Order: sequence, then C-alpha cells, then structure tokens
Amino acid sequence: MKHIMSFGILASTVLAFASPVLAQTVFVSTQLRPIEEATVVREELLKDVGSVDYVVEEPPQFAVRMEAERQAGKHTVSLVGALHGELSPLADRETLEPLDDLAKKLAASGMPQSLLDLGKLGKSTQQYIPWMQATYVMAAKKEALQYLPAGADVNALNYDQLIEWGKNMQDATGQPQIGFPAGPKGLMARYFQGYFYPSFTGGVVRTFQSADAAAGWEKLKALWAYVTPNSTSYDFMQEPLSAGEVMVAWDHIARLKNAISAAPDDYVVFPAPAGPKGRGYMPVVAGLAIPKGAPDKAGAEKVIEHLSMPETQLLTASKVGFFPTLNVKLPPDLDAGVALLAGAVTATQASKDAVISLLPVGLGDKGGEFNKVYMDSFQRIVLQNEPVADVLKAQGATMAKLMADTRAACWAPDAKSDGPCPVE
Amino acid sequence: MTNSRPWIPYLLILPSVAFLALLFVVPLVQTIWLAVSDNGAPSLANAERMVTDINFTRSVKNTFLLTIAVVPVQIALALAMGTMVAKVGRGRETILWIWTIPLGISDLAAGLVWLSILQNTGYLNSLLFGLGIIGRQASWLSYQTPVALFLAIAVAEIWRGTAIVMVIIVAGLNQVPKEFKEAAEIFGAGPWTRFWRITLPLIRPALQSALILRTVLAFEVFAVVYALGGRNFPVLVGEAYNWQNQNQNYSVAAAYAVLIMIISLAATLIYLKALKVDPERLP
Repeated sequence: MKHIMSFGILASTVLAFASPVLAQTVFVSTQLRPIEEATVVREELLKDVGSVDYVVEEPPQFAVRMEAERQAGKHTVSLVGALHGELSPLADRETLEPLDDLAKKLAASGMPQSLLDLGKLGKSTQQYIPWMQATYVMAAKKEALQYLPAGADVNALNYDQLIEWGKNMQDATGQPQIGFPAGPKGLMARYFQGYFYPSFTGGVVRTFQSADAAAGWEKLKALWAYVTPNSTSYDFMQEPLSAGEVMVAWDHIARLKNAISAAPDDYVVFPAPAGPKGRGYMPVVAGLAIPKGAPDKAGAEKVIEHLSMPETQLLTASKVGFFPTLNVKLPPDLDAGVALLAGAVTATQASKDAVISLLPVGLGDKGGEFNKVYMDSFQRIVLQNEPVADVLKAQGATMAKLMADTRAACWAPDAKSDGPCPVE
Repeated sequence: MTNSRPWIPYLLILPSVAFLALLFVVPLVQTIWLAVSDNGAPSLANAERMVTDINFTRSVKNTFLLTIAVVPVQIALALAMGTMVAKVGRGRETILWIWTIPLGISDLAAGLVWLSILQNTGYLNSLLFGLGIIGRQASWLSYQTPVALFLAIAVAEIWRGTAIVMVIIVAGLNQVPKEFKEAAEIFGAGPWTRFWRITLPLIRPALQSALILRTVLAFEVFAVVYALGGRNFPVLVGEAYNWQNQNQNYSVAAAYAVLIMIISLAATLIYLKALKVDPERLP
C-alpha cells in the first residue's frame, strides 16, 4: 500500500514537471493584439496546427521580454510574430534562428523573392518569414466627397487639394473635419516617416532639415488649420470616424478596418496625398521568426508553414485586414470593408508618383527616440507655432546624434550611405 | 522575560525589512544608478537630456500647478465633509460609505469616467446641446483649450482623491474629545472660533498625514491626466512613462523617477517642519 502511494506521488510529480515539455508551442506576437483579432488567431487561424499558445505583447514589452529571455538563457518562446522593425534589433543581436530551408520552400510556393529578401534584414541568412502586410491609407465618409475641390480626383490628391477640401468641409459644417492619429498610442510618427517627408523631400533622414522640408512643414501648418484639435488625443481613427467626429482620416488600415467594415457603403478609401516629390507610402511587413534556443522549434516551423498557406493568408485578410505576403488573388466574396482597403492599397502601389519609404532599419532599441524627433518637431512647429528653421536645426542635431550612436545606414527613399545615415 | 531576549523584536521585523530591502531598496539604488550613469560610468547626461527635453518645463509646471490647485481644495472639502458628518446622527455610516466610493475606483477608471463626461461626444456636451446652450459639440480637452483641460483634470483629481483625505480627517476628528468643545461653548466661543482654536490644532497630526499623502500622490499624478489629456498635458510621471515605454530610454525615465522622488521627499520634509506635531501626540 505504502509502495503504491509513494509510486503515485512520484508519478504525479514526474507528470507535473514533464507536462510543460509536452505543452504548447508558445507564440508571442506584437501584431493582432486587440481581443477580437487575437480570438480570430486562436480560434480560426491556428485551429489545425496542434496546440499553440498565442500570447500578445505590446511592442516595448516584447523587446524587454525577448531580451530578458536571452540574458537569462531560459527560453519559453518558440515563435515570434512582429513587425520588420521590431525583429531587426533581435536579428542584430544574433538571436534568431536562420530559416533558409523554410524560405526556399515558400519561394517555390509563390512568395515574392523581394519580400523574402526583406526578411533577411540585411544579413546573409533568412531571419524571418514575411507573414502579412499592410500600409496606411486615407478614408472619408461619402458625404465629404461633395466638398472636394473642383477637378480633384480622390485617388490622386495632392496637398493643396486636401487643404482646400478641408477648408470647404469646415466652411460647410462649421468644424474641422480632418483627423490624424496623433494621440499617445497613435501612429503619427509613421505619417512623418512614410508619407510627409518622402512626399515633400524625397527622403526621411538625409533631407530632415532641408529647404524642401521647411516648405513642407509650412504646408502642414496650413493643413492643420482644418484638422480637428482633438487629433492629439486620437490613437485609432476608426472611432472618431464612426462617431462622426471627423469625415476624413489617415491611419493604418488595421486601425480603420472596424469603422469601414461596419458600414462599407458609407466610406471611400484612397491613397494619401502627394507632395512635390511624389506620393510617399510605407509598406508594413510583419514577420514570423524563431528565437535561438526555442523549446519547440519543430512546432514553430509547422505554425509558420501553416500561416503561410494561401488559405490561411486569405482567411487572415478577410478576418483582420492584413494582406497576404503570397501572390494570391483576393477572393470576390471578401469582406466589403477589407475589399475597400485593398483597393486603396492597390491604388497607392500602382500610382505613378509613388515613393516607397521603408520602415526604419538598424536603429535597434532607439526606434522610439527616432519617432520622438518627428513628433517633437511636429509639436513645436505645428502645435506651438515655433519658427520652422530653428526647430529643424535643433531636431536635426538630435537626429544626427541618434544616427551616429546607432550607426544606422540610410534606407529607402534616402540614398544609400557608407556608415551612419547623415542629416544633410 | 522580554529583557533577557532583546533580539526578539528585531527578529520579528526581519522579514519585512528583508522584503523592503529586496523589493524597494535594491530597485531604488538601481534606478538612481541608472539615472546618474551613462554606459557604466557616472554621468549627468541623462539629467541633461531630461532638462533639455521640450516637455520638461511644461511637465514640471503642470505638475506643480495641479498640486497647488488640487491639494488645498481637497483638504478644505474633506474638512467640510468631515465636520458635516460629525453633526449627523442616523445615516452617518451610509453618507461616509457613499463619499468613499471614488476610493474603490482605479485612477485610470476614474479618468475614463471623466473622459466619457467631457469628451466631444460625452455627456456634458450632450446635456448642454440638449438644453440648447451650445449649438455644436465643444471640445474641452484639446491642446487649444488648455484652461478647460486643466480644470477638467483638476476636477477629476479632486473627485478621485478627496475621499482618502476625508477618511484620514474624519479619523482625526473622531479623536477630538467632546469636553473641549463643550467647555468652549460654555465660555461663549462661536462655531468659527471653536473650529480654528480647538478642532484644527487638535487634528494637526491627521492633517499632516493627509497633506503628506495627498501632496506626494499629487506629484505622482498620471492615469487621470493620461486618460483626459494624453499628450496635451505633460506631467512628470507621464514623461517618465513615455521615456520608458515609448522612447525605450530607461536612463532618462530613471532620471525623471529620481526627480519625482526628490520633489516628494522635499514636500514631505516641508510638511514635517511646518506642521510640527508634539512628540507625545505621535502614534
């Protein structure tokens, strides 16, 4: 009897310790965080790949967690899903498994090589597998179209037309009707890096304090007269759009999707305006990577393959509004809101004056301070009305120091550099 | 018995001392070192970065303005509320219970409650619009309306933080012996004289605790401001949060943390000096 009891205790102890080994593949992601999206991932996208524990993490905490696991040498995460720019510091520390075999397989099944090359993060081996992609667009309530200036094509707007449109709407409704996500968690910094600077200066870092940039800031000040002052509180533009606080907004497609999917007939979605140097736009790529020391590498590879299948990619597009990284045609029965967003993305990519601006690379954990340079300039020039030239000079110096500290080389649309990207 | 084993008290407080050392002193020392070092060498670079930041002066100014505006109002309100319930017989517990409801609500929730009232599509605008006082939604919380924003944050803070002051002051008022007041009444002292000459001096220890607690908390105000003002109303803790969370620069965040600690310590010392409490009245 005693033997049986001690055997029982021993067995249950062994089981208790053994079960984590048998347990799930831990998949940590900075993408698809909102509860509805995470539920889609858990219940639909990952339904058939065995037991996967999908954990979401805010980008700053994600960086801290990965660094903590690296320093401790104790790994719990087998798979990470994050943006190109969030994975690049991990790759810089040599903490990601090379995924070349997987990449070869996916290239054969139709993933564009250019996209796969992005996943190398400038290294010789594949660091991550492109998972899904998105970009930023503008959305407007259909009733705003009547105020468009004469002769303006909503799919090929320029800044002067947007300003005039804003003025017409304000005159008609008595309130500013354009909104930007300049709140604490909004993605306004990406507007400057991917849209404003490339459109006005054709660069992001090199041209930071150029005369073109100064002219652009003057234009933005003119536009801001028709932008609602509540913009500095907006994080996601879908809420103010659907609440009727603004008629026209710029934001990430995933942050517009709820409003547009809920009432696709009420909206038009179109590319951001063009400046003198073209129509800046920033493709956003999220990737899947396996950290070195992952407890369940095989399981993680299985999940990557599953998420890269055409059916899963199409399901992802229709459920959460991120688009496939594979060359697949979107089905005609797609969610009407997603179809609208997809149309605007295609229009942006196809526009003749498009200027592609990549997400910052090589800044490591200084990405936040890089964003701050743009947001501080915005606060000082537009909100506090300080002289443009002085602000650009001061912030340009901060930017130059940041580039020197991180030794980050230039990325598109700036011309390539040897060594740190210079602020000219 | 006790005298033969003088170490027993020390043994008894050892766990809490160890706990404090581990979870308070160690992070404190680490934070201070983080703030005053750069790449492992002592340096004032982080402090310089903090002071030259565009939001530094504004955040210091806003934090102090808010503290100066909020704390006296809270003390006055709490004194008034405490004196009022002292006169109430039946239902006193119920009134106190209702007044302390904000204590049970987290800072952020309190901020969100006020956000739902004050935002563009909020209850206040709907009410004013419904009454025909305003023709369209007014925005109270934008960078263009700094006075309204400041008032909104101050009101939300007063609403949220007065309960704790009241609890301390009611406890202090309960300790004032009835005999003193009765004696004063016999000698013909009016209500004001009784309040100024008897009640206030006697509740000085409670007042001191309440002031220290509220002032320190006012310097650490964050969630309410974050919910209502976001980037529009920078405060010290908010800046520490931004540097830590968004800018990923732990050293500058630590510099802010140290600055907040210094200000809180200074405020506490000032109160301890200014509102001297007789040693025999200390707990």
